Amino acid sequence: MPASDPAHMPLSDAKLRAAGGDMPTDEVCRTMIQVRDLTKWYGGVLAVDNISFEVAAGEVVGFLGPNGAGKSTTLRILTCYLPASSGRASIDGLDVLSDSLAVRRKIGYMPENVPLPGEMRVREYLSYRAALRDIPAHQRRAAVERAAERCWLSVPEDMTGRRLDQLSRGYRQRVGLAEVLLHEPAVLVLDEPMIGLDPTQIRSMRELITELGGDHTVILSSHILAEVEQICKSLIIIASGRIAATGTTADLRQRVTGPGRTVAEMKVTDPWQIVDAVAALDGVKKVEHSQVGSWTRLVISSDEHVDPRSAVARLAAENGYPLRELRREGASLEDFFVQITYDQSILQNRRMHA
Amino acid sequence: MRKTLIIARRELLGYFVSPLAYVVGAMFLAASNFWFFHRIFMPGHEASLRPLFESMAYLMVIALPLLTMRLLSDEFRSGTIELMMTAPVTDAEVVMGKFLGVTGFFLAMLATTGVPLVLMIIYGRPDAGVAVMGYLGMVLLGTTFLAVGLFASAVTEYQLVAALIAGGILSSLVFLPRAVVAYGTPVWSNLAARINLMTYFKDFSRGIFDTRGVVLLVTMTAMFLYLSVKTLESKRWR
Repeated sequence: MPASDPAHMPLSDAKLRAAGGDMPTDEVCRTMIQVRDLTKWYGGVLAVDNISFEVAAGEVVGFLGPNGAGKSTTLRILTCYLPASSGRASIDGLDVLSDSLAVRRKIGYMPENVPLPGEMRVREYLSYRAALRDIPAHQRRAAVERAAERCWLSVPEDMTGRRLDQLSRGYRQRVGLAEVLLHEPAVLVLDEPMIGLDPTQIRSMRELITELGGDHTVILSSHILAEVEQICKSLIIIASGRIAATGTTADLRQRVTGPGRTVAEMKVTDPWQIVDAVAALDGVKKVEHSQVGSWTRLVISSDEHVDPRSAVARLAAENGYPLRELRREGASLEDFFVQITYDQSILQNRRMHA
Repeated sequence: MRKTLIIARRELLGYFVSPLAYVVGAMFLAASNFWFFHRIFMPGHEASLRPLFESMAYLMVIALPLLTMRLLSDEFRSGTIELMMTAPVTDAEVVMGKFLGVTGFFLAMLATTGVPLVLMIIYGRPDAGVAVMGYLGMVLLGTTFLAVGLFASAVTEYQLVAALIAGGILSSLVFLPRAVVAYGTPVWSNLAARINLMTYFKDFSRGIFDTRGVVLLVTMTAMFLYLSVKTLESKRWR
């Protein structure tokens, strides 16, 4: 598959909504984030290499990549923290370099590791940020309360009086998220929002972010695939500074070309006999078996494009073995991710040493 | 302007909960009061605040860099600069806000030296002109020192280095010129004599309002603030 695949294709999610939704088409297909040929050099190191992508309004997009791929750099360029070396980026039509202040007003940014001034208290800090965000004084208190409540900072336990350096990681992340929500920005940029959280916190964060989609456009970066799969309908995968793939999670899963696995459970008299029989089938690479009660479980690794299910069913029938499960496990996004980033780094090496 | 004041207020309040600021303030107060009671507040001495102002000015070379060292260095170190620079505030507003904040704390510190002044008024007849001019000189000199400190804080992420750089710059504007005047060639002596901030300050402490001093101190302040803004802007490109 081609390694560099700039996303000129509109993400099918937007198309689906345009087809069945009640929103006017032009609003749904409005591009909120647009990146064209973006490049960033850090001295002699190329961090971001000519990437382009688009995010439509209301999308929740996952920006995936291994460490050092250029995710944070790209997000920092989008939020006007860093200038790009070349290329353009725009938020809602406003260029990040020439309309920097206007862009910053439209964006809520949560950097990696949520840096916070330790000596301030939660409420104080949120109030200060609300003031910086041009929220008028009489509305500030309400905005802070609303954001704090939404991020579980005031319920069930009131943490708003705590000093920021006394908060646990989960709460710091919530404060970061509350800060981002204060002025109800059109675009939310979250850099690794779920790093270091425990499963309960991840769940609450996940719920919150999913809820935010639709009203807000969210781009979040992560290398925790499982989380991104659940929250984001579309993904942009970046590796070694280049976009490796874009599309909906379903599309991407289909594109994995990896070995398939089939799982079968049957009651046999002699496990080894069935194992040998299955291993002898065309395209089967490996058969692992284990006992589940009185049933034998076979995990069959086969070549890609080979589906041994019917052959296994026939074997079971011929030998009179009761068959109680026969399923094919699709390749996971993880396989896709590993494969694509591996391909990417191979290509990068080839390019560098050419 | 509004954003500048918001940042200034936050910075000022931050100083009032900062242990270092209190230590610096206390040391400054202790040293200047010691000087006052040991040298000035004695029977037979002239009821003049001049020696006090001069000693405080020298103290400021050490004290003010300690106050300003955390202004930007701390933000670089902790990463909060990222949130500052992605908020809808300009770099100039950030610098001016921090400058005004620390100036506010400095003025509070200066106000505590009102005790010697009150004592002088009770027990002597100090010259009102000298007192007013002296304080004006302190404010002008102080803001210049603070601007230098802020600039030093903008160039590094290490607070200590910022304090040392600021101390270094201030020393070369205050202590070094005297040596250059004594040992240097005429060209350098000339320059050193004119760049010595203390000579201008001494005029103020004598009650003389010299516009040269005002212009020099104000423009130096402006220059270092400008340099701070540019340094902050340049951080984006690195």
